[in-house]
Amino acid sequence: MKILVPLKRVADPDNANKVKIPASGEKIDTAGLEWKPNPFDEYALEAALRLTENGTQPKVRAGEVVVVTFGPKETETTLRAALATGADRAIRVDATDDKLDGDLVARALRALVEKEKPDVVLMGKQAVDGDSNQVGQILAELLDWPMATFAATIREEAGALLVGREVDGGVSTLRVKLPAVVTVDLRIVAPTSVYSLKTPQTHKYNDGVRFAALPAIMAAKKKPLAEVKLADLASDQATKVSYHGFAAPPARKAGIKVKDVGELVSKLKNEAKVL
Amino acid sequence: MADVLVVAEVAEGKLKKTTHSAVTFAQKAAATIGGSFSILVIGDGAGKAAAEAQGLGAAKLLVVEDASLKNYLAERYAPTVAAVAKGYAVVVGTASAYGKDLLPRVAARLGAGYASDITEVLADGGTLKYKRPMFAGNAFGICSISTPIQVVSVRQSAFAAAEPTGGQSAVETVAYAGPSKAAERVEFVSFDQVKSARPELTEARVVVSGGRALKEKFNQVLDPLADVLGAAVGASRAACDAGYAPSDLQVGQTGKIVAPQLYFAIGISGAIQHLAGMKGSKVIVAINKDADAPIFQVADYGLVADLFATVPELVKGIQAAKG
Ligand SMILES: Cc1cc2nc3c(=O)[nH]c(=O)nc-3n(C[C@H](O)[C@H](O)[C@H](O)COP(=O)(O)OP(=O)(O)OC[C@H]3O[C@@H](n4cnc5c(N)ncnc54)[C@H](O)[C@@H]3O)c2cc1C
Ligand SMILES: Nc1ncnc2c1ncn2[C@@H]1O[C@H](COP(=O)(O)O)[C@@H](O)[C@H]1O
Repeated sequence: MKILVPLKRVADPDNANKVKIPASGEKIDTAGLEWKPNPFDEYALEAALRLTENGTQPKVRAGEVVVVTFGPKETETTLRAALATGADRAIRVDATDDKLDGDLVARALRALVEKEKPDVVLMGKQAVDGDSNQVGQILAELLDWPMATFAATIREEAGALLVGREVDGGVSTLRVKLPAVVTVDLRIVAPTSVYSLKTPQTHKYNDGVRFAALPAIMAAKKKPLAEVKLADLASDQATKVSYHGFAAPPARKAGIKVKDVGELVSKLKNEAKVL
Repeated sequence: MADVLVVAEVAEGKLKKTTHSAVTFAQKAAATIGGSFSILVIGDGAGKAAAEAQGLGAAKLLVVEDASLKNYLAERYAPTVAAVAKGYAVVVGTASAYGKDLLPRVAARLGAGYASDITEVLADGGTLKYKRPMFAGNAFGICSISTPIQVVSVRQSAFAAAEPTGGQSAVETVAYAGPSKAAERVEFVSFDQVKSARPELTEARVVVSGGRALKEKFNQVLDPLADVLGAAVGASRAACDAGYAPSDLQVGQTGKIVAPQLYFAIGISGAIQHLAGMKGSKVIVAINKDADAPIFQVADYGLVADLFATVPELVKGIQAAKG
């Protein structure tokens, strides 16, 4: 199985000094934030690795995992890390973050998919900087491929994937014939979430994503990393959604600490009047 | 034409409440661009569900029913929604799992731009601008869409459910446009519904949420409190990941977004991804044994205590206070 994993580098919002916005509101100042791979894409990569191996012998690769990112030169660090974790090949599409939108990324990915011909495009359900949740769905439509969004479980079948999706009110299970687009949710990296045809159903993975061992980090330096021009994938580089300004959310003032249950109940009843 | 199309959400022949938030958006947007709005009701039992959309002020109720729409699949729905959308300037649905799955596909079919999870619509001299949260709610962006048709999803907690305004909307039946080619390669297998007698998380007046700290006693501890308050139950990611609570109850950046009158965070540390899903609540109560837990920075009332001893006491206290 050949899997393409689009992987975005994001400014991690989970950070003490948080997101700052200058008074002019012209941008989001990410200077104080740490760059890291979008967590959902890391999960997608882990799922891709699980689908291309026998879980009991993860060193033997059975298939090909290609990672791709759209971003400036620095994002190659993220790609190298993905190669060290087990991806076979990487592609960087040279682009500037604020000149992209979901539609443009999806259009360029479509061209890349037509070239690479993967069986599955496996990706995060959303990038946690823009929180847009759209590239996978748009890509599936542009390719006229079936999709399974918000995947929490994946079972490989002959020529298909059985996908359990976290939706409102429960879990919806779909069978998508390949090629298909799958976007993953948080719980895709639980111990029994993903099984390739090779992995015995009794196998339990470690919870979470795997980490690269030092020799793998060294070896990753020799794995192929290609650079592609955005113009070669998308003739029209105009975006459809544009941003005009940013604002900080209204601050919520901290309240008080109550000493016991009695005081809490009395406050809720008499002060907040919510009981 | 400068009209707005609401894509309703239907489940088992009923209009889901999510639809009413999109209608509220449509009322505002239509007023800004000087048009009307219509509601597209598509799915199994759409005809019946459409009757519930009467009186909301729509120009038209467009009904699509077909046997193959029984179990929702984007590959089956998107072609029809896109075909109907061609006559409109703005297409809106709610950012529920359904809306988030379907609407980007519809946008792609139309070559339209899509903005998700918007919390405010701004009128800027007759053009529409949208405010949407980013970075786990640590920033808001103001964006606009440049394509002739714009597709958006709205955050349910940010748009109050539309109230009936009276009047009758004309009902039109629209033919099902058929599935896309992709539909041949996707099969609906099952839907494992988490049945609950409690109110929907996103609509409840009171939400009682629990975190990792509750362990296997999640229900044993929280149910009596939810019962006495008539509350919905929510959970942190850690509680869902560990299997203490079903994933459908996760509140946060990537779970449900709630804004009830009263929110209880019990044994929840208050990571930004959790806060992103509940800090719009009117009154927040936190119970945590760690006085430095970040949840106390947003809580109106914080109680530093062991939850296992405190929650049962709280249940008794609330019972007494309610008389
Ligand atoms: C991409 C991404 C998306 C995410 N999305 C979400 C999301 O949507 N929603 C979400 O909730 N999280 C989300 N998270 C996870 C988030 O970062 C936190 O890990 C999670 O919210 C922690 O859950 P918790 O507070 O239950 O657990 P913990 O952080 O472990 O906190 C447990 C708390 O319980 C307290 N405690 C322990 N014992 C007791 C006791 N006996 N009495 C009282 N208090 C006690 C502790 O002091 C502690 O504060 C996401 C993370 C990532 C990376
Ligand atoms: N710049 C990018 N580079 C690589 N992948 C991306 C990029 N932007 C979005 N994606 C992919 O699209 C998914 C959904 O992103 P979004 O729709 O922007 O929330 C992400 O999880 C990534 O897999």
